[in-house]
Amino acid sequence: MKGTDPTQGGRAPSPIDPNERYVSSESYDEPIDTGGARPDLDMPTGKLIRRRFLRHRLAVISALFLALLYLCIPFVEVIAPYGANQRDAEHLYAPPQSVHIFHDGSLVAPFVYPTVATPDLENFQWKYEEDRTIRQPIRFLCLGEPYRFWGLIEGRFHLVCPPEGGTLFLLGADRLGRDVFTRLVYGMRVSLTVGLIGIAISLLIGVTLGGMAGYFGGWVDSVVQRMIEVIRSLPELPIWLALSAAVPPQWSPVSVFLMISIILGLLDWPGLARAVRSKLLSLREEEFVRAAELIGASPTRIIRTHLIPNFMSHIVVSASLSIPAMILGETALSFLGLGLRPPAVSWGVMLNDAQDLTVIEFYPWVASAMVPVILVVLAFNFLGDGLRDAMDPYS
Amino acid sequence: MIRYLANRIVTMLITLTVVSALVFYIINLPPGDFLSNQIAELQAQGEAASVAKAEFLRAQYSLDEPLWKQYLIWLGAVPGPDGYSGLLQGDWGWSFEFDQPVSEVLGETLWLTVLVNLAAMLFIYAVSLPLGTLAAVRAGGITDYVVAFVGYLGLATPNFLLALILLYYGQRYLGLPIGGLMDEQFEGAPFSWEKFKSILAHLIVPTIVIGTAGTASMIRRLRANLLDELGKPYVTTAKAKGVGPVKQVVKYPLRAALNPFVADIGNLLPSLVSGSVLVSVVLSLPTLGPALLAALRSQDHYLAGFILLFVSVLTLAGMLISDILLAILDPRIRFGGRGR
Repeated sequence: MKGTDPTQGGRAPSPIDPNERYVSSESYDEPIDTGGARPDLDMPTGKLIRRRFLRHRLAVISALFLALLYLCIPFVEVIAPYGANQRDAEHLYAPPQSVHIFHDGSLVAPFVYPTVATPDLENFQWKYEEDRTIRQPIRFLCLGEPYRFWGLIEGRFHLVCPPEGGTLFLLGADRLGRDVFTRLVYGMRVSLTVGLIGIAISLLIGVTLGGMAGYFGGWVDSVVQRMIEVIRSLPELPIWLALSAAVPPQWSPVSVFLMISIILGLLDWPGLARAVRSKLLSLREEEFVRAAELIGASPTRIIRTHLIPNFMSHIVVSASLSIPAMILGETALSFLGLGLRPPAVSWGVMLNDAQDLTVIEFYPWVASAMVPVILVVLAFNFLGDGLRDAMDPYS
Repeated sequence: MIRYLANRIVTMLITLTVVSALVFYIINLPPGDFLSNQIAELQAQGEAASVAKAEFLRAQYSLDEPLWKQYLIWLGAVPGPDGYSGLLQGDWGWSFEFDQPVSEVLGETLWLTVLVNLAAMLFIYAVSLPLGTLAAVRAGGITDYVVAFVGYLGLATPNFLLALILLYYGQRYLGLPIGGLMDEQFEGAPFSWEKFKSILAHLIVPTIVIGTAGTASMIRRLRANLLDELGKPYVTTAKAKGVGPVKQVVKYPLRAALNPFVADIGNLLPSLVSGSVLVSVVLSLPTLGPALLAALRSQDHYLAGFILLFVSVLTLAGMLISDILLAILDPRIRFGGRGR
């Protein structure tokens, strides 16, 4: 024990012993190394996980990036300078306009130069020339193209608007003269939520079936196992294609969107169910579960406070690693024209316009939806890796 | 070993039966079918002769029967009317859109599909084995980071986009041929050395495109496995005894790490097969992908059904191969049953 016995006082009166060696009368114990050196050993798990996660710099950056994107989703209409399907027949395939802040050597408010289209009859292309004499200042916090916020409230307020009588094609315009940047922002709403809904469905099925298989065992287990085997041996993409070909074309975009997310989730659950099942099977045999049972905890309490936290981390990780697959799935389906169909805007629908090589060669900005797709998928992968490293107790 | 094999094959056949039922159900999900659409159209045009033919086909393929009976007939378990014998007897059904038997519509595409996927698989192993080993041996070094970065990029880029981009740049700067799997004059031609060379040249882009995603995950897996092995004491012992740097890695650790690597064919092949469907649509390869898409669009349901089933068989075969390989490589599986 640390600390001194008060009856003995600080030091013995005569510290010199017969052998002329100094001996302290204080009781001595080897100090147990819990405090200074490794304070993390008795930290709560949550704090530990957070700490280890924050050390994974790429994962933190990815998490911030994704958080930013998801925060933007509700305010898509305000962020985009144009309407999603607003056309400008004067600027078909207009190239990206750059924003300038210097004019005649002096610093001014951000502006763009207007572009004028001339038909190039030799190559059958539109040629765009910047008119460097006219300065068109970009409007901020302004009233522009009217929209229905969330399809309910009418509004005209935008963060950024094109200049009066001019255009603001930050990433160029597509085949019908629609602003690519605006469509990217609108497409984000669909492309990013498809993964969330899909994963929710996959979680629901996977955790229920996996939980049942692991908890009840016996014939329930073997039935679920066989189901998992069958679903896993289905070729994913062709079945997605076949299922989405079965979605009636006359459905509204919203129901098609829901249906597609359901289809994406429908084939994803086996991996999850398997993981939950094996986790439950092994956890049921652990000492702490038996201890809890002996103390007299009810099954509900055991499941809720002892079992779920133990495989929650696994579920979170596998969810964050499945979402990118679904985002890519939606993109692929829409790209082939079997997913969402045009009035709806998603990154896949936008890439559908970039199907042929002439577009890649002459108007590469039409394919710019691939950049956010790659970034988002990468971010989810990094996030998942970071979470796994942080939550795995054996690393 | 033989018992294990027999066991696996029987399970696979059972799974295949269930899969075939699922596939048949899925292709019959869309309301209506090709023939009734066609009959309605023909009746509107008043072409009595064609209507009679369509009606004949309806009866021939018993499209008016209940679904379960249609399935059994399609499978060949129950004889259909007028000698339509079903899959088990080698009759793959009739493609209503092309007005030909399915076997003739598909013909060469079947083995071309297998060829493309095999090439992609060889590519994956040829690339990821050295790169994964290098990344593990040089863990934490520049090589490791470069390999990881390329791998991640391959994982994140949608296959079809990669296909478009590679197609464009490959054609522009390397003169690689665009689209298809062989030059036009060889289509339908008998097999010859020239045709073979043409096919090889056309295979380059599809192989790389289909292979990238798989390569990325393979590299990561091999690297992790090999790192685990390299940390074990026997490697230190080998090092201490003065075993050369190459032998040190290749002789034992790599062999141990290869085990799960090989077993992964079971996961790899399905994702390859399903990925190649999409890529071949973009690259217009004469494989099953474009045929499936067209068949799904026009509700040509015997064609679509057969393609889906064929792709499922490829998937299952991949899983079977991986199980067998694992059993050969790892005696614990062969003799211990499924111990956990």
